[in-house]
Amino acid sequence: MNMQQAIKMTAAETALVDAYTAQIGDLPGDGSVFSVRDTLVHELKTAGLPTRRVESWHYTDLRTLLRAVPAADPTAFADRVDALVPGSTVLSVRNGQTDIKGNLPDGVTVRSYVDSLLDGSAAAGLAVLGFDDAIGRINGGLVRGGLEIDVAADAALEDPLEIQLVQSLGQAHTRFPVSFGAGATATVIERHLSTNDAESFVSSVSDVTLAEGADVIWIVLQQQGAADTHLGQIRFDLGKNAKLHLFVINAGGKLVRQEIHGKTSGEGADFKLRGINLLGGESHTDVTFTLGHNVPHTTSTEIIRNVVFDRAKGVFQGKILVAKDAQKTDAKMACNTLLLSDDADLSAKPELEIFADDVQCGHGATVADIDHTQLFYLMARGVPENKARAMLVNAFVAEIVEELEDDEALVEALEDVISTWLDKHA
Amino acid sequence: MLEIKNLHARIAEDGTEIIRGLNLTVKAGEVAAIMGPNGSGKSTLSYILSGREDYEVTEGDILYNGESILELDASERAAKGIFLAFQYPVEIPGVATMQFLKVAMNEQRKYRGEDELTTPEFMRRVKEAAAELKIAPEMLRRPLNVGFSGGEKKRAEILQMSLLQPKLCVLDETDSGLDIDALKIVADGVNALRSPDRAVVVITHYQRLLDYIVPDTVHVLYKGQVIKSGDKTLAHELEANGYADIIEAAA
Repeated sequence: MNMQQAIKMTAAETALVDAYTAQIGDLPGDGSVFSVRDTLVHELKTAGLPTRRVESWHYTDLRTLLRAVPAADPTAFADRVDALVPGSTVLSVRNGQTDIKGNLPDGVTVRSYVDSLLDGSAAAGLAVLGFDDAIGRINGGLVRGGLEIDVAADAALEDPLEIQLVQSLGQAHTRFPVSFGAGATATVIERHLSTNDAESFVSSVSDVTLAEGADVIWIVLQQQGAADTHLGQIRFDLGKNAKLHLFVINAGGKLVRQEIHGKTSGEGADFKLRGINLLGGESHTDVTFTLGHNVPHTTSTEIIRNVVFDRAKGVFQGKILVAKDAQKTDAKMACNTLLLSDDADLSAKPELEIFADDVQCGHGATVADIDHTQLFYLMARGVPENKARAMLVNAFVAEIVEELEDDEALVEALEDVISTWLDKHA
Repeated sequence: MLEIKNLHARIAEDGTEIIRGLNLTVKAGEVAAIMGPNGSGKSTLSYILSGREDYEVTEGDILYNGESILELDASERAAKGIFLAFQYPVEIPGVATMQFLKVAMNEQRKYRGEDELTTPEFMRRVKEAAAELKIAPEMLRRPLNVGFSGGEKKRAEILQMSLLQPKLCVLDETDSGLDIDALKIVADGVNALRSPDRAVVVITHYQRLLDYIVPDTVHVLYKGQVIKSGDKTLAHELEANGYADIIEAAA
C-alpha cells in the first residue's frame, strides 16, 4: 500500500478539488497560470489539508476543523456597504468579483487581477511560500478575482483606500498585489465582511511591496459572519527606510486563519504589527506571523491583544528570524490575552531565531483575567460591575487603537467596530 | 450617618482577621480622623466601607443612614454617596479620564433615578472643579491616572470627589506623597466639601494633614479596634508622644 492511497480525502478536501474541476473552463488564466493551478490542486489532492502534525498548523488542525466547504455560487449577490472611514476611496470586491469604478486619487493605478491571470503575468506570484502554505495553495488554485494596485513614487494619499470585500455566500478567492513607490504614503483598509449568516468560504492573499522610504498604514479588518471560514494571508517586503504599520483586527468568522509573512530587504526598514482579536462563541481564530529581519539596522515591534469569551479558541504564533548579517536588529514581540470565561482558550507561541550576534530582541506573553483592583476602582466610583468589566475589556484593546491617533476618523471607526462587537458579545 | 457596630472582618483569601470588634460612629457634618500605627487596619477599614470584595465581614454591621450596607456592592454604595479617595489611585490605560468621569457621574445619577447630564453641563462642571484644584486640562486628556505624578493622582481623586458630591467621604492616607503646596490644594478641596449634611473620615498616619483639615473627632485604631477617641487635641498628643502610651493604657 503506498502513501497516496492511505489518504482518504475529507469532505472539505473533496469539495475544494471539485470546485476546481467544476470551474476549470471558467477560471481565468493562460497556460502558465493553469500549469501552476494544476500543480497546486494536485498537491492539495495528494497531501490534503494540513493537520496538527504540520508544525505551523499544530494549533489549527485545518483538516479536522474544516468540516465542509460551501459550493461556489457564481450568481450570488452582495451589495456594497458604506466606507469604514467616510471619504475613503472604495475599491469594491463582491463575492470575489471586482468592479473598478469611480475616481481614483492621483498616483494610484488599479488593474483587475483577472487580466494578469489571463495574460500570464500573475503566474510567478502564484507560487506557494512553502510546503505548509495551505492558504497560498487553495488561493492559487481557485483565485478568480482581485486587484493589482500601484501607488506611484512620492504619491501622498490623503484619504484611505478601502479594499472592500463583501461576501454573501459560497466561495471567494482573491489576490491583491500592491506596490508602493519610493516615498509614497498611504493608508489602506483591507476590509472583509459578510452581509448575512449564510456560510461562506473565503481565501485572500495580499502581496505588498514598499519601495525606499514608503510609509504605509495597512489595516486588515475581518468581520465575516458567524458561519464563515476565512483564510487570509498578507505578504510584505520592505525596502530601505520603508515603514509599514500593519493592523490586524479579527472580529468575526467561525474558522479564521490570518497569516502575515514579511521580510525587511533594506536597511532602516521599520515594521509594526498591532493585532486585536475579539473572539467569542465557538469560533477558532489563528494569527500566524513570520518576519525575516534580513539586513542590518531594521526594527520591528509586534503587539497582539486577545479578548476571548465563551468557548472561543485563539492562536497566536509569532516567529522572528534574524539573519546572520542582520546586525543591530531591534525586535520586540508581545502577546497579551484576557481570558473571560472558563472555557475560553488561547495558545501563544512566540519564537525568536537569531543568527546575528549584535541584536536587541525580546518577546513576552501574558494571560490574565480582568484586573480586580481596576474593577474595584471603577465600581467604587459608581460604575456597575457589568459596565465596569466592559470598560476594562474595551480599554485593553483601545490602547492599541490609540496608536493611530494621527487619523482621528480611523480611530473612531475602529473603536466603533470594537465597542459594537463587545456590546454584542460581552 | 455612619455607625460601625462590633465589626469583625478578615481577608477572604486566607482568613486573616484584620478588624476585630470595631465600633465607630460618625455624625453628619462631622470630620473624623482615624489614626494608628502601620498594620492597625486603617486601609482595610476604608476598603470594607467601600465594598471591596477581597474582605469578608464575619460579625457586626455597618449602618449608613440607618441601613446596613453589607449586602450592597461597591458601585451601589458609591451611588448611595459613599466615596473612597484611594491611597494609591489605580492607573487604567485605555480609559480616557473624561470618559470615566462622565460614566461615573451618569451611572450614579441613573441609580438614583436622575437624568443624565448633558455634555455641555458635564464639561462645565469638570472645567470649574478642575480649575479650583489647579488641574491642567492636558491632564484630563490622558488615560485615567496614567502618567500622573503622585500629587496629580491625589488631586484627581479630590476632583472626582467634588464632581460626585458624596455624602460620606473616606480619605485613605490622602497626604502620602504630597508636598506642602499640593497638600494645601487637596485640603482646600476637602474643606470646600465640608457641610452639615456630609461626613468625612480622614485616615492618616500623621498629624500634618490635620493641621489643614481640622477634625472634630480623633480615633486611634490598633489591632482592628478603636482603642481611644477624643477631639483634635488627641492628634497633637499622638504627634508628641507616639502611640506607645495609649496602646499600653488600652492593654
